[in-house]
Amino acid sequence: MPSMFQEFARSIMPINAEVIVVTTALLVLIFDFFLAKESKQYLGWFSLFGIISAAIATYKLMGANGAFFGGTFLLDPFSTFFKFVFYIACGLGILLSINYLKIEDIHRGEYYALLLFATTGMMLMASAGDLITLYLGLELMALSIYILAGFMRRDNRSNESAIKYLLLGAFSSGIMLYGMSLLYGLSGTTNLAGILGFLRGADLANPVLFLAMIMLVVSFGFKVAAVPFHMWVPDVYEGAPTSVTAFMSAGPKVAGFAVLLRVFTYTLEPLHAHSTVIISGLAVLTMAVGNIMALSQTNIKRMLAYSSIAHAGYALVGLAAGGPEGAASVMLYVCIYALMNMGAFGVVIMLRKAGERGEEIGDFAGLGKTNRTAAFLMLIFMFSLTGIPPMAGFVGKFYIFKSAVQAGLVWLAVAGVLFSAVSAYFYLRIIMIMYMNEPKGSFELTTSPSLALALAISVTAVIVIGVYPTNLLNFARASIAGIM
Amino acid sequence: MLELKLHQLDFPLLSLMIFLPVLGAFLLLFIRNAATARWIALAFSIIEIVLCIPMLLNFDSSIPHMQFGESAPWIAAWNINYRLGVDGISILFVALTTLLTTISIMVSWTAIQDRVREFMVAMLFLEAAIIGVFVSLDLFLFYIFWEAMLIPMYLLIGVWGGPNRLYAAIKFFLYTLVGSVLMLVAIIAVYFAAGRTFDVLELMNYKFSYTFQMVAFAAFFAAFAVKVPMFPVHTWLPDAHVEAPTAGSIILAGILIKMGAYGFLRFSLPFFPDAALSWTPAIMILSVIAIIYGAYMAFAQTDFKKLIAYSSVSHMGFVTLGIFALNLQGLEGGILQMLNHGVSTGALFLAVGVIYERTHTRLIADYGGIAARVPVYATFLLIITLSSIGLPGTNGFIGEFTILLGAFMHAKSYAVIASLGIILGAGYMLWLYQRVAFGKITNPHNEHLADMNLREVAAALPLVALVFIVGLYPNAAFGMMHTSVSNLIQHVNAKAQSAPVITQMIRTVTGN
Repeated sequence: MPSMFQEFARSIMPINAEVIVVTTALLVLIFDFFLAKESKQYLGWFSLFGIISAAIATYKLMGANGAFFGGTFLLDPFSTFFKFVFYIACGLGILLSINYLKIEDIHRGEYYALLLFATTGMMLMASAGDLITLYLGLELMALSIYILAGFMRRDNRSNESAIKYLLLGAFSSGIMLYGMSLLYGLSGTTNLAGILGFLRGADLANPVLFLAMIMLVVSFGFKVAAVPFHMWVPDVYEGAPTSVTAFMSAGPKVAGFAVLLRVFTYTLEPLHAHSTVIISGLAVLTMAVGNIMALSQTNIKRMLAYSSIAHAGYALVGLAAGGPEGAASVMLYVCIYALMNMGAFGVVIMLRKAGERGEEIGDFAGLGKTNRTAAFLMLIFMFSLTGIPPMAGFVGKFYIFKSAVQAGLVWLAVAGVLFSAVSAYFYLRIIMIMYMNEPKGSFELTTSPSLALALAISVTAVIVIGVYPTNLLNFARASIAGIM
Repeated sequence: MLELKLHQLDFPLLSLMIFLPVLGAFLLLFIRNAATARWIALAFSIIEIVLCIPMLLNFDSSIPHMQFGESAPWIAAWNINYRLGVDGISILFVALTTLLTTISIMVSWTAIQDRVREFMVAMLFLEAAIIGVFVSLDLFLFYIFWEAMLIPMYLLIGVWGGPNRLYAAIKFFLYTLVGSVLMLVAIIAVYFAAGRTFDVLELMNYKFSYTFQMVAFAAFFAAFAVKVPMFPVHTWLPDAHVEAPTAGSIILAGILIKMGAYGFLRFSLPFFPDAALSWTPAIMILSVIAIIYGAYMAFAQTDFKKLIAYSSVSHMGFVTLGIFALNLQGLEGGILQMLNHGVSTGALFLAVGVIYERTHTRLIADYGGIAARVPVYATFLLIITLSSIGLPGTNGFIGEFTILLGAFMHAKSYAVIASLGIILGAGYMLWLYQRVAFGKITNPHNEHLADMNLREVAAALPLVALVFIVGLYPNAAFGMMHTSVSNLIQHVNAKAQSAPVITQMIRTVTGN
């Protein structure tokens, strides 16, 4: 007869990875008491260890496909794919933070714990089989990030960032709950599969259903920073500590797309004909505003904020295309986006040193002379973000536009490629300033082993995926095939 | 139809030609010393030329097939393969690329003093990407090289260019990018329309619907026309040429802009023959405008390089005129003229580079009477000028004559107007030569001008040799391409037989 412990271990098996991440976070909080201020970096390495352990746990559960805990938690290839992306985002986030926090003098243990909690929230979002789990995951993620955004508590911009994010985030959560309650009122269930079952037999012309869908689009649109729900992004990205911005631009956005995919290409699939119209519209608006506003920015963090809006727009093109191909293209895209964007933020962090912000685009002047490696990395990331082969960004965009053409949305693909041509201007401006302007004053960059590791990982990934995307592509396609 | 002849040699020649420069570039990353970097880059570029020899010798010009083929699955989920091969058309451009790259590296020997290593890395990457463009037989692979080439070229102009380089670099990049991305959407559409394949040879045999052809042709045209560059999207070219370093100008004029015309030959014509026929009148008119307008603008230039840039617009007008005459003479003339233009304009930019390195001015007015001081240079410039004009005995004559022949057979009016372009060309080039070389020395700085040194002569010599080889024995080039071109024409005509009524009408009206 199995002991109680074995019984317990078996019952929590599907959430092994989540348990590991949460446990790591709690241990970080405890260890924090025993560590002197100057040795907090060990907490960072410990958190990284936790993330790697969670990744191993997820790897061992790969191939499983089922609903657990009364259908509220799904362990399927789809969520597994996203969990790996979250591990990458969180792992890179930790690596980018270790030295940066020291410079900003905010090296405290809670930082890593919050990062891990946010990651747990994102994992729950990807695995949610129920609107309630989904909401819980989302709030766990959002609350952690509100605090992280305001982590430089003596800095006005950081405070402003946190407050703005909190207020608007709370507002969007309200809208989401309203939409969810409408769905519940119609279908009598919060279970995603249950709602799908209801919709298959329901009258789809019901205006209430339509209203619920719109509310979900709006609230998720807020999370992924789609225009016109993007107003918070530039200020929040600019004010938050750069390492948090890097994480924020990747993790929560990817999580938002995980939920969008789950809800719109699975649960609300019967409504695809309606939702695709709205999402196409959002996609065009998002690409237009993101790319055009980025043209005139002088602060690199604000520029990357608008660029991240624009990239949400490209991913929305894939969502509008829908179907397994559309969904797989979004998955591939957000994964590549997370890597290249965090890499770009890594270089921005290098420019930050005590007494100098290093956030103005002009601060990049002459970097190609003073620090060839940093400039070269930035060059790779900028070309990748523009979508120039042989960098990974091209493969991502190619798949998105390919699935759009396949779904008959040729006009959307044309809009997408034209706006990415616009984006070339502001990404290339960085390269131009680095290589074609003379350096201003001396240039001592902040480097540390952790930062170097993060940059090495992201640049390698960007080039390898760009040249040989087959493995990642097959992984994404197989993952989506599991749920559709 | 066309087939891919796999594994003709014991080793993957074309892959080697693409990846050897990449290897060289990586090697350079570990070199700190500028002199060593120069020698390594030169060595790799010369090996590329050496690799051309087995390619040219083993090429069977009696069959139209793609040769030295390589094929390997790459992204299986999208049915993308790594497929390479050359036919009688692309083989010539591959050879030209290797030659001009080496020459460019030689002329940059002393001209580039700043960040030599990075410069050479960019040159080698550029060579790899350009060769990739000419030998790709998979549309996806082709697009990768087509776009990747922008990166080193952008850096060459932007980092090592003249005072207004930032503007020129970004203009070059954006113009070409906008055209290319439209082609990308069309490539994807072609992929789905033809049953999910990027295989160029399969696509050549696929018959697309007329409406589809018209739209897709326009999208491909956007990419290729910007690259050629055709009027009215040519405005990036003068800026890019003027600001680019000599090596950049040589590559840009010699090879890069040929890629647009090559795109017409390799993709637009065989994929969309009906659309090509329907669009022909418009393209012929644009070509004629480019010929006259380019020549007219060249007259007005005071800057040496800008004059040559506008002459390029004019000469490329001849090329597109020949291609879209859609007969054997026109096409062969067009292709030959592309090679000729690569040789002569490459040499002209080399000439400008040589003199600019000594005087640091490109204004024509700053020269005059230098023939007495630098006789070797003046002779070189004269030969190239005459070749550019198309004097019989030089390569330019053969190319222009054949194009005009083709255009005349297509529709007389175009040929008549285009021949005016030749007269204008003689006018501005001779006037340029007169102002630079003859007369009295007006600028005291030119009193002690040093003549071309051994390295410069060595760089110029192959080009001068080509001027006469092609001029006196054009079959060297024609023989290589003839089978492939006839096959292309047959293919286009056979595929376009069932052209809709509207096309027939247009053809009747334009007298074809």
